[in-house]
Amino acid sequence: MASVSDTGRGDLLLEVRNLQVHFYLFEGVVQAVNDVSFDVHRGRTLGIIGESGSGKSVSAQSVMGIVPSPPAKQLAGEIVLHRATPDGGTETLDLGRMDPRGPEYRDVRGGEIGMIFQEPMTSFSPLHSIGDQIGEAILLHIPDSTPQTARERTEDLLRRVGIPRPDRAVDAFPHQLSGGMRQRAMIAMALSCDPALLIADEPTTALDVTIEAQILELIQELQQDLNMAIIYISHDLAVVGGVADEVMVMYLGLVMEHADAETIFDDPLHPYTRALWQSIPKIDGPLEELVPISGNIPNPFAVHRGCPFYARCTERIQGVCDESPPPVLEPRPGHTVRCFLYVDDVGSDANGAMGD
Amino acid sequence: MSDAMQTTSGSNGVPAGELLEVEGLSKYFPITKGFLRRVVGFTKAVHDVSFNLANGETLGVVGESGCGKTTLGRTILRLYEMTAGSVRINLDEGRLDVGNLTPEERKLFRRRAQMIFQDPFASLNPRMNILETVGEPLLVNGVAKGTELEQRVARIIELVGLRVEHLRRYPHSFSGGQRQRIGIARALVVNPRLVVADEPVSALDVSIQAQILNLLQELQGEFHLTYMFVSHDMSVIRYICDRIAVMYAGRLVELGPKDELLDRPRHPYTALLLAAVPRTAKGSRGKRLVTAGEPPDPSNLPTGCVFQERCAHVQDICREEDPPRVSMSDRHFAACHFAKDLNLDGITVAPVTLSA
Amino acid sequence: MTASTEIFEDVLVADVAEQDDRFYYASQWSLIWWRFRRHRVAMISMALLLVLYLLAILPGFFSPYLPSTRFESYQEAPPVRLYWFDQNPEGGGFVGPHYYGFEKTLNKETFKYEFAPILDNPINLRLFAPGPEYTIVGDWTATVHFLGTDVEEAPPFMLFGADRLGRDLLTRTLYGARISLSIGLIGVALSLILGIVLGGISGYFGGLTDEVIQRLIDFLISIPSLPLWMALSAALPRDWPVLKTYFAITIILSILGWTGLARVVRGKLLALREEDYAMAAKAAGTGEARIIFKHLLPGFTSHLIVTITLMVPGMILAETALSFLGLGIQPPAVSWGTLLQDAQDIVAIAQHPHQLIPAAWVMAAVLLFNFVGDGLRDAADPYSDH
Repeated sequence: MASVSDTGRGDLLLEVRNLQVHFYLFEGVVQAVNDVSFDVHRGRTLGIIGESGSGKSVSAQSVMGIVPSPPAKQLAGEIVLHRATPDGGTETLDLGRMDPRGPEYRDVRGGEIGMIFQEPMTSFSPLHSIGDQIGEAILLHIPDSTPQTARERTEDLLRRVGIPRPDRAVDAFPHQLSGGMRQRAMIAMALSCDPALLIADEPTTALDVTIEAQILELIQELQQDLNMAIIYISHDLAVVGGVADEVMVMYLGLVMEHADAETIFDDPLHPYTRALWQSIPKIDGPLEELVPISGNIPNPFAVHRGCPFYARCTERIQGVCDESPPPVLEPRPGHTVRCFLYVDDVGSDANGAMGD
Repeated sequence: MSDAMQTTSGSNGVPAGELLEVEGLSKYFPITKGFLRRVVGFTKAVHDVSFNLANGETLGVVGESGCGKTTLGRTILRLYEMTAGSVRINLDEGRLDVGNLTPEERKLFRRRAQMIFQDPFASLNPRMNILETVGEPLLVNGVAKGTELEQRVARIIELVGLRVEHLRRYPHSFSGGQRQRIGIARALVVNPRLVVADEPVSALDVSIQAQILNLLQELQGEFHLTYMFVSHDMSVIRYICDRIAVMYAGRLVELGPKDELLDRPRHPYTALLLAAVPRTAKGSRGKRLVTAGEPPDPSNLPTGCVFQERCAHVQDICREEDPPRVSMSDRHFAACHFAKDLNLDGITVAPVTLSA
Repeated sequence: MTASTEIFEDVLVADVAEQDDRFYYASQWSLIWWRFRRHRVAMISMALLLVLYLLAILPGFFSPYLPSTRFESYQEAPPVRLYWFDQNPEGGGFVGPHYYGFEKTLNKETFKYEFAPILDNPINLRLFAPGPEYTIVGDWTATVHFLGTDVEEAPPFMLFGADRLGRDLLTRTLYGARISLSIGLIGVALSLILGIVLGGISGYFGGLTDEVIQRLIDFLISIPSLPLWMALSAALPRDWPVLKTYFAITIILSILGWTGLARVVRGKLLALREEDYAMAAKAAGTGEARIIFKHLLPGFTSHLIVTITLMVPGMILAETALSFLGLGIQPPAVSWGTLLQDAQDIVAIAQHPHQLIPAAWVMAAVLLFNFVGDGLRDAADPYSDH
């Protein structure tokens, strides 16, 4: 897959190349991630849009080294992290080759990379106070920290993420906080070791829209202050449109389209992106009838010879799209799309045939 | 508990075509403590809500989690016993006082007022096949049985876009969207007049939501249904509803025709809710207003206006007196001391170009 | 829009047709069975348990003698061995399944009886041989035994050896299985009835009723079980007939057994009542009774089965313990517990370790039930990962 060009995007932090992760379950094999490649740059946000079964979360979990294995197995791919060394240089770590359970990876996880999830309750233990849990991460990852300094730092972090009365919140248990405050506490935990990359997996999906706005603003503020890279995963196009610099659209384990955010929303090329955009109700669009995407998301165990979106696609080319996997093309610089429509000869024919 | 609100909302002559008349409806959940279950307080989930619902219209009920919108729907359907107030439904068979139903009337009410649930996975009994699930309302209300039941189920199943051959399949063989269609079939099989749809699309994948929304609209025309559409998603509400009711901390804070309310909200909370939704149009994409604060605890509400803590226009009177119900027109009102004075921003609809 | 749906319909249906259709029409029980079947240990355990219960149902047929038959001069005889090849140094060769009688001699140094096989007299065994008459059920009797010999006046064939009175331990173990294994089932059945009724009332009515029942359960659980059982069984009149004692013991065991079940039932009822589908049924106009029996109960029968499977071994152990202490089933009735009374004496065990064989059966039964319970637990909720 052609990589997005590097100009003006800050330092390269993470490179994922041809990642392939399959889940081997009783019922069959789920090709959760198939040939996924992307770059993440410091200070920039990559949005990943996808529905259930798109592989958006598994891709991120692979970077984090937390895909449950078994049943999952990473069959191919490179995950390369360029991390800063104390002396100001950078070193290159091949995360794909590291043991996810090993101490080195544990250093990266919670050190270089922090992650926040949809449901904060599941990432906090209900038995320990927020402060203890964040403090533990600090003690684990920051050298020379003592319980005293860890507690101070925890209070700082809680203040930083906008939790009122941090000196009291340190001793609160997760269930004593509201959903929005828990999400803030989880962000504080993810930030405890100054990560270079923050992976946010649907962090606001369980929150109300006004609280969501607060959390997203917080994340963006923190990004500016800390020059973090962010991978923001969501099914919500409008939300991603608000936070991401570049966007990757996934469907059934494949990256369908990848471009900067403006282009993805204003000038999408892939029929799936276009259909998705037309099928969602918008708060400020003209009130016309929605154009639904017909059919259902295929069974995750199904194996597709051609394009997995074929059955639901309005622009499909019979005999082409269902016969072989669509190629990844770059019709414009920095804009890749996985679709036969943009193969020069096939595409022009198809446009003529379909344009009734 | 009945206060100024009720005096302005009295039913002075029912306009023709009203299906539902809700007056001063409250639902409090007791908070109990100790061995003897002593009641130590109440969660005022719904407090003094009054509105009418005209035949054939779609009323959107919108608000953040915990605002009482789901409880309101369930109390109207008498899935919860009401604490105070009254609900009346005008059917061809006569007028029913939902709070005091005879066993005969109860059967009629269950046929004429139905519900669609949020979670298509939880709302279908996994141990019953489609025929049993969809046929149950017919069976238990004595409408049909045996082959007649099967025929009626088959008819409705086709109408909601499923295949009759699948009547004896169990829910686990269907996707989320298909299950929601089953849930819709179950609600419509008894020919209801009123359907309370509680977040019917929020648990579905993005690409499926439009299908279900369009299906609901088609069925509304076909069966002359009146919808009460409960949702947290303003974009969905905007798309499907004729009138919008905004709830906050158990109160109905504003109710009005969609265009009026979206164009010029009269309650500061409505404005805040609208502003918090990320914009999608080019040029303003992702923009949203961020305001601090969270909804109050419904078991410990402040005196005066429930929105005072987050309101940008708060005055002394708001902290002392419950806001009156201020009518803008006979179908538009807001519960705010300053409803007529404030000039709040609504939604500016930008023409979106759907380029291809 | 509708037109486009139709175009895609056939493509999608073709997609679906490739799937295993059977799965889509499978009810809860089929799904549970399919999952259980994949659990190999549980499947084997289940088969072995069935064998065990078959033995317990027909002890007369599977045991060579009667539990009360005493073989003089064979007191505490060790197990005989079963051979296929002639053991006589002069003879040799294949003679089919056979065993040898014992010659009993008194060791003059240790003053212990020693049993040595008489190798020149192989006694052939065959299936379905005639033997002493036993009762199958009521007046229905039979004389055919699973394994026996046609040889007249043959020395006793005691695979598990003999007890202190010279009775065949295998026979007594099989007859003991009848009481020990059934007491588990009947005790659990009684607990189940009490548990469902009281747990159901507790979970359904809630409020004060719930509170009272829950505190009663707390109280019962707080009583140390063994002393309570002992006190109650000790209060049973000694002169009661066997059957009466048997039922009294099962009732005593269930007095505590139901508490756990009642909690499961209550908890599940409370949880399932909040399920959307229960609410949906209510919205559809379904009555309370139908909601409970059609929607809620099927939702946790599988969990109940798991719970009771895991409860049975507890009951078996409790009965064994009581009888072992002499407070449960009274001789001459035979249960595994009464058999183990013989093994109370450490000296007796040291000299005649075969007296512990019934204990091995107790362990086997308990383990098998636990394995099956494990498998059932994994399979019980076929919808959990959807």
